[in-house]
Formats: sequence, structure tokens, C-alpha cells
Amino acid sequence: MSLGTSDSNLTARRRKAAAFRWSCAALTSATIVLLAILIFHVCKQGLAWLDWDFLTSFQSSRPENAGIKPALVGTLWLISLTACIAVPVGVAAAIYLEEYARPSRLNTLIEVNLANLAGVPSIVYGILGLAIFVRGLGLDRSILSGALTMALLVLPVIIMASREAIRAVPPSLRQASFALGATQWETIRHHVLPSALPGILTGVILALSRAIGETAPLVMVGAATYVTFLPDGPMDSFTALPIQIFNWASRPQAEFEKLAAAGIIVLLAVLLVMNGVAVFIRHRSRKGVS
Amino acid sequence: MNSCADDCPCAAMTTEKLTLHYGATAAFRDVSLEIPRCEITALIGPSGCGKTSFLSSLNRLTDLVPSCRVTGRITLGDLEVLAPDTNVVALRRRIGMIFQKPNPFAFSIAKNFALPLREHGVREHAEIEQRTEAALRDVGLWDEVRDRLRRSARTLSGGQQQRLCLARALALEPEVLLLDEPCSALDPISSAKVEDHLQSLKGRFTVVIVTHNLAQARRIADRVVFFWADESGGRVVESGPVDALFEDAIDPLTQAYVRGQHG
Ligand SMILES: Nc1ncnc2c1ncn2[C@@H]1O[C@H](COP(=O)(O)OP(=O)(O)OP(=O)(O)O)[C@@H](O)[C@H]1O
Ligand SMILES: [Mg+2]
Repeated sequence: MSLGTSDSNLTARRRKAAAFRWSCAALTSATIVLLAILIFHVCKQGLAWLDWDFLTSFQSSRPENAGIKPALVGTLWLISLTACIAVPVGVAAAIYLEEYARPSRLNTLIEVNLANLAGVPSIVYGILGLAIFVRGLGLDRSILSGALTMALLVLPVIIMASREAIRAVPPSLRQASFALGATQWETIRHHVLPSALPGILTGVILALSRAIGETAPLVMVGAATYVTFLPDGPMDSFTALPIQIFNWASRPQAEFEKLAAAGIIVLLAVLLVMNGVAVFIRHRSRKGVS
Repeated sequence: MNSCADDCPCAAMTTEKLTLHYGATAAFRDVSLEIPRCEITALIGPSGCGKTSFLSSLNRLTDLVPSCRVTGRITLGDLEVLAPDTNVVALRRRIGMIFQKPNPFAFSIAKNFALPLREHGVREHAEIEQRTEAALRDVGLWDEVRDRLRRSARTLSGGQQQRLCLARALALEPEVLLLDEPCSALDPISSAKVEDHLQSLKGRFTVVIVTHNLAQARRIADRVVFFWADESGGRVVESGPVDALFEDAIDPLTQAYVRGQHG
């Protein structure tokens, strides 16, 4: 038997390769078209309402006066605080699991649970947050309660992505560092973390992007929908973009639906900025590395 | 052949009944060797007979492999290398290692030196610069890189990278240098350069070099150790002064290997 060198065999293989390529392209464009339709629809409804007043006004029962300022500020507070809590804890946990922990039954248990936790519905985290932070620790319906809850929600994703990134650091780098008499901490600090940074960052941004859009846990820990002041600190009550959007979208008047669309555009813009920053940092650190 | 001065800081190493397991399989067994100070000892032998494993057990780099178990005895001067309370950080400062594939850090050339020096407590800028220059001169790289110390070390050629790694190890002023096939990833000219500089360092360090290049072993080594692997793992078949081993080896395996008849 010849090894697939005959013409007919080659043609068949080429055809298969082409078919695969085209079906991939078709599926990709289907997703993009759907997304484009969605964005087009939202923009058509919302762009007219999106102006400086909308960004700088408070909530109001009259749609033409209503604005998104407290929700936007609330979301920025919430996400920054969530990042401040979840990133150090998550990266530290990943370092511990990858670099220090010896293989043991406990670690296998932790590993399995991490994967499971990443799939737990967000409302469950909301209930947990309500029981522990709002009631148990008496933090009340504050930004801090919301951020702690969100941090729990994103931790598994951050830990798993960071572990993946740390594991991908070439062993030769560790060897080089240890062979020069570096301690484990120096090796981690000077070589492993910088080299894993792009991967860690990707995981963090993905996780935080998910957190920005989460509504259910915030409803549980009691984000308000009618806030007439800006939060001054982490103990203030707050509202957030998805809550505000949900609130507007559930009202009967058509104008509020347009407001909701405008709110969605703002949310997407925040996401875009975050992802842009991530791409920028990744690009810079990669330039530094290679 | 001991060519170095009495006050030379380099130290001799010995191993006694050294055995190394990965999990349940032995990489080598019962290796007892004298590695005299200030001499170049070459390890030769076919692939997979445990030369790299042996080398990395000497500076306890095998600690990084969880499944790896080393038994027996290793000494560096008066130091018991395998003792549990041995300070491996200090140990690895005394024993520099160069790998088969050049592994410069993805930083600037200058930082490749500054980072390990700082880790070992050299804080003064002037001293770091002076040690960097001295080490780079030792490997003949100074004139090639003096204008580009701020550029990434990865922009150097393979041969330059390997000499940089050698210089980086030298900057810590080690007593022993372990070299694992340092020339195997290089073209003949770069390889010859690295070899020249190794020879020029002769007498300042105790050197253990793994090489597949028998001609190279013959050119630079004082002593040669011949490893061989059979079903039960690697072992040392024969060791001795370079001429004795190449000219009139006792063991038929060695005779055949150095004549290039197998392996
Ligand atoms: N990290 C490891 N885990 C398990 N087994 C290993 C590991 N490293 C090496 N071995 C095994 O130990 C044996 C010796 O390997 P080693 O790398 O020391 O050989 P070598 O003589 O350096 O070979 P080469 O000349 O090809 O570099 C081999 O059988 C190899 O498969
Ligand atoms: Mg090897």
C-alpha cells in the first residue's frame, strides 16, 4: 500500500482540509454576525440617549432626566475593590499550589473543588455573601460586601488561570535561576512571575469582565437601585451598571428601554477599556521578555 | 597535573556509592569518584546513562525533581553536600552550572549579572559593574557586548549566549564549574571559542564537563570518566587520566567506545 501519495488520496485529503477550514470560517462569522446584530440593535436604541448629561446625572423617575452616574461610579468602585481583594489572594494561592505544595490528597481535593467552584451559579455566591458578609460580619449592604462576594466569585477563575500560566514557565528558566544559587522566593519573584504575568493578566481580565456583568449576586447582597449620592468609601451603599440596566429594562415605558440600551453601551465601553488595558500591558511585558 | 597555586580557592569533590533514582528506576548506581581540585574531569558515555543526572546531583539541582532520590555521599571540600542541613543556596554559589542549551534570562545583558549578584548580597553598583566586566572579559565577550549591555541577552547569538551563561556563573566566583554538553548546541566555530575559554580558565576552577565529543574530551580534560548504561541503570565503567583511558583502557567496553565502535 502506498502511503497516501496517490493523486486521488491527496485530492480527498485536500478537500477535507478545505471543508474543515470553511466550516470553521462559517461558524466564526455566524458568531460575529450575531454579535454585530446585537450591538447594532443596542446602538440604534441607545445612542441617541447617550450624552454627557446621561453620564453625569442621577437616577430619576423621568427618563429624560435619568442618568447613569451612580451606577458607573459604583461599578468602578466595585471592580477596583474586587480586583484588590481577588488578585493578590488568587495569585498567592496559585503560587502556593504550583510552587510550594507537595502532591497530597488534600491538594487533589483542593484542585477538584477549584474546578467545581468555577462552575457554581453566581446566585449561590450571592446567597453566601448575604449570609457571611452582609449579615455575619455585619458589613451591611455596602460596596465592600459586594466586592467580597464578587471576589469569591472570580477567585477560582483567577487561581486556575494563574496556575496555568505559572506551569507554562519553561523549566530551564527555573534551573538557570536555582543553579545560580537563587532561593525559591527569588526565583518566583524575579523569573517565574514576570514570565507568567501575561497569562495571569489574561485570566484576571477575563474574570473581572465576567464580574462586571454579574447581576444576581449584587441583587442578593442588596445593591440598591435608587441611589441619589455617590459612594464616598467602601462602606457606602451603591448601585452598579447591570443592576441599573435591569431596573430600566423592567419598566413598562418605552423610553426606559432606550435608557437601558444606553446603559449597555456604557457597560460595553467599560469592558472594552479594560480589555484594551490588558492587551497593552501584555504587549509591553512581552516586549520586555522576548 | 595539578597546575594551580596553593592558595587557589577551588575545591575537590568526591562521591561515594552515589545512587540516583527517579521513582523506582535507577538513573545510575554506586558511582564513587574523585574529582581533583583545579583539574578538568570529562564525563563521557552514551545517551541516557545518567551523566546529566550525575552532574545535577553534585549541586543538588535534583532537589527540583520531586520523584528524584539520591543516596550515598558527596563532598565538596569539607562539606557534606547531601546532608539535610546543607545550605543549598550557598552550595550552588560555590558550584556554577552551565547547561546544554544556553539559558540567559530574558533581561538585558547587564541585568543577567546584576540579578544573581544582588541575590548573593552584592549591593554596590560599582562592584557589580566591575565583576560583570571581569567575567565578560574572562570569556572573551566584553569587546563584543560592551556597547550593548542594556540590550536583551536574547539578541545575542547562540555561542555568545553560552559564553554569557559561563560568564554569569563566573561572576559569582565559584569553586567548581559543572558543564553539561556546553558546546552541543553550537556551531564548530562558536564551540571552539567556548572551548578555548574553558582552557584559558584551567587551573582557576575545578571543572566537570559532560561531552559527547571525544576529541574535545581528549583536548581539554585531565581525567576522563566513562559512564555506561545497562538494564539496571547507569554505572561508571572506568575512570582515569585522559591518556591512560584513551590509549590503553582496561575494560573492553571502554576500548570500543573510545575507538568509536559503539555508543
Ligand atoms: N526528570 C526526570 N524524571 C524521570 N526520569 C528522568 C528524568 N531525567 C532523566 N531521567 C532518566 O534518567 C536516565 C538518565 O538521564 P540523563 O539525562 O541523566 O542521561 P544523560 O547521560 O545526560 O543523557 P544525554 O547524553 O542524552 O544527555 C534516563 O533514562 C532518563 O530517562
Ligand atoms: Mg544529558
